[in-house]
Amino acid sequence: MPLPYYVSPEQMMQDKAEYARKGIAKGKSIIALEFQGGILIVAENPSASLNKVSEVYDRIAFAGAGKYSEFERLRKEGIRYADLKGYAYGREDVTAKSLANAYSQVIGNIFSMEIKPLEVEILVLEVGEGAASNEFYRIAFDGSIMDEKVYATIGGQAEELKLFLRDKYRDGLGLEEALHLATRALEAATSQKVKAAILEVAVLERDRAGRKFRRIPQAELRDLMEKEGDGGG
Amino acid sequence: MDLSFNQSGAGSSFFDLVRQAEPPLLPQSGMEGLEPREGMPAVPTGTTVLALRYRDGVLIAGDRQATEGHQVASRRIEKVYAADDHSAIAIAGAAGPCIEMARLFQTELAHYEKIEGTGLSLEGKANKLAQMVRANLPLAIQGLIVVPIFVGYDLKRDEGRIYKYDLAGGRYDEADYYATGSGGKDARSTMKKLYRPAMAEAEAIRLVLEALYDAAEEDTGTGGPDFVRRIFPSVKQVTRAGIQDVPEDRLAAECEAIVNARKGG
Repeated sequence: MPLPYYVSPEQMMQDKAEYARKGIAKGKSIIALEFQGGILIVAENPSASLNKVSEVYDRIAFAGAGKYSEFERLRKEGIRYADLKGYAYGREDVTAKSLANAYSQVIGNIFSMEIKPLEVEILVLEVGEGAASNEFYRIAFDGSIMDEKVYATIGGQAEELKLFLRDKYRDGLGLEEALHLATRALEAATSQKVKAAILEVAVLERDRAGRKFRRIPQAELRDLMEKEGDGGG
Repeated sequence: MDLSFNQSGAGSSFFDLVRQAEPPLLPQSGMEGLEPREGMPAVPTGTTVLALRYRDGVLIAGDRQATEGHQVASRRIEKVYAADDHSAIAIAGAAGPCIEMARLFQTELAHYEKIEGTGLSLEGKANKLAQMVRANLPLAIQGLIVVPIFVGYDLKRDEGRIYKYDLAGGRYDEADYYATGSGGKDARSTMKKLYRPAMAEAEAIRLVLEALYDAAEEDTGTGGPDFVRRIFPSVKQVTRAGIQDVPEDRLAAECEAIVNARKGG
């Protein structure tokens, strides 16, 4: 009778974690940061049609790093969750916190129970009534959830970007300044010039009525980047 | 690998999602297998809602009264809803299911747009609404009728469009104007006499209010303008620029002008 190999659970988890980390490290990065008007999300994304940043609900946005097909499914499930909850209760009852927790559960279960973990890292963002009530949740490949303040980064260069922002970020940035800061961070981390064409940018604007999420189209993005002397596009 | 938070299918339709994942949220649940009621009216009662194409797009309007038999149940009920940035619905029938359908439809359109990354075409929206009306048929034959008029500004064709529906979810493109509800026929008669293609905004608004006024005179279920409480019909303009509510002051002024004209003043 052939004996099954024994692998300690600890070893299995470590192997899975390493696998997932490698998958994410290969990928591009995303920065989310507060500015005066709300939250700015800047993703390295050369594709014009496949999105990494998405609206989930009135005040809530999603950003995904790692394997596209995996975070794309998570994105859709998040929207379904939010719309069902908002319909069953009320629009104000849909919160980033409960969504982030739901993601944490699902991703964590997959990490433990499935043979292959998800190679994803995601952000769930909510713009608050005032700056102090913005929320940033980062959920890692193993389902662990972190409540970030003021800015959050995910993807291959997440750590370098975070260090850059820790050094350079200050409160009360306007939209152009925040965009400029994010661009400089990406340039520092990737050692490459960053142009509008390789970015996907969106905002959650506090003062918009109803749905606060807005994508910034390429033309507007180039204008904004040029204003800060980036010569974007 | 089941990623779903709630065992749902992988589609873009909110309506299908709710039917699958949370059927109790829909009014139709529990209604299967019931027998049709005797002597059920063929048209929704207690309402007039109408739509009219004009030069800039479409106007959509409805009266404000809800009745329970001979009693006034509400004087300021809202029957006209923006569905999204360039389309709107007005619904005739039983108040509760109508308001729910409006809400469900709004959620359906936003949900599709968020999932797919792009909005539905106007035809697609009209079609989806037809399916919702169809799904309401078990309730409708019990007397809880929901019949909408759907309008939109078609950005591709650069024109306003009107769609009308029957109880079973049949959908019909309507060229110029339409009205439904217990006062629908009366409103249509007025519009038939006064309508001209590509009317200017002021004339079109006046026509809409005349039609509703006439309907209110002939149909006890339709409410006329209430000058004492300052409650006037809801009127929305759907144009290339989006959806605007015609403001109360303007509605008041037009309704007063209508009354004065009829007084012979």
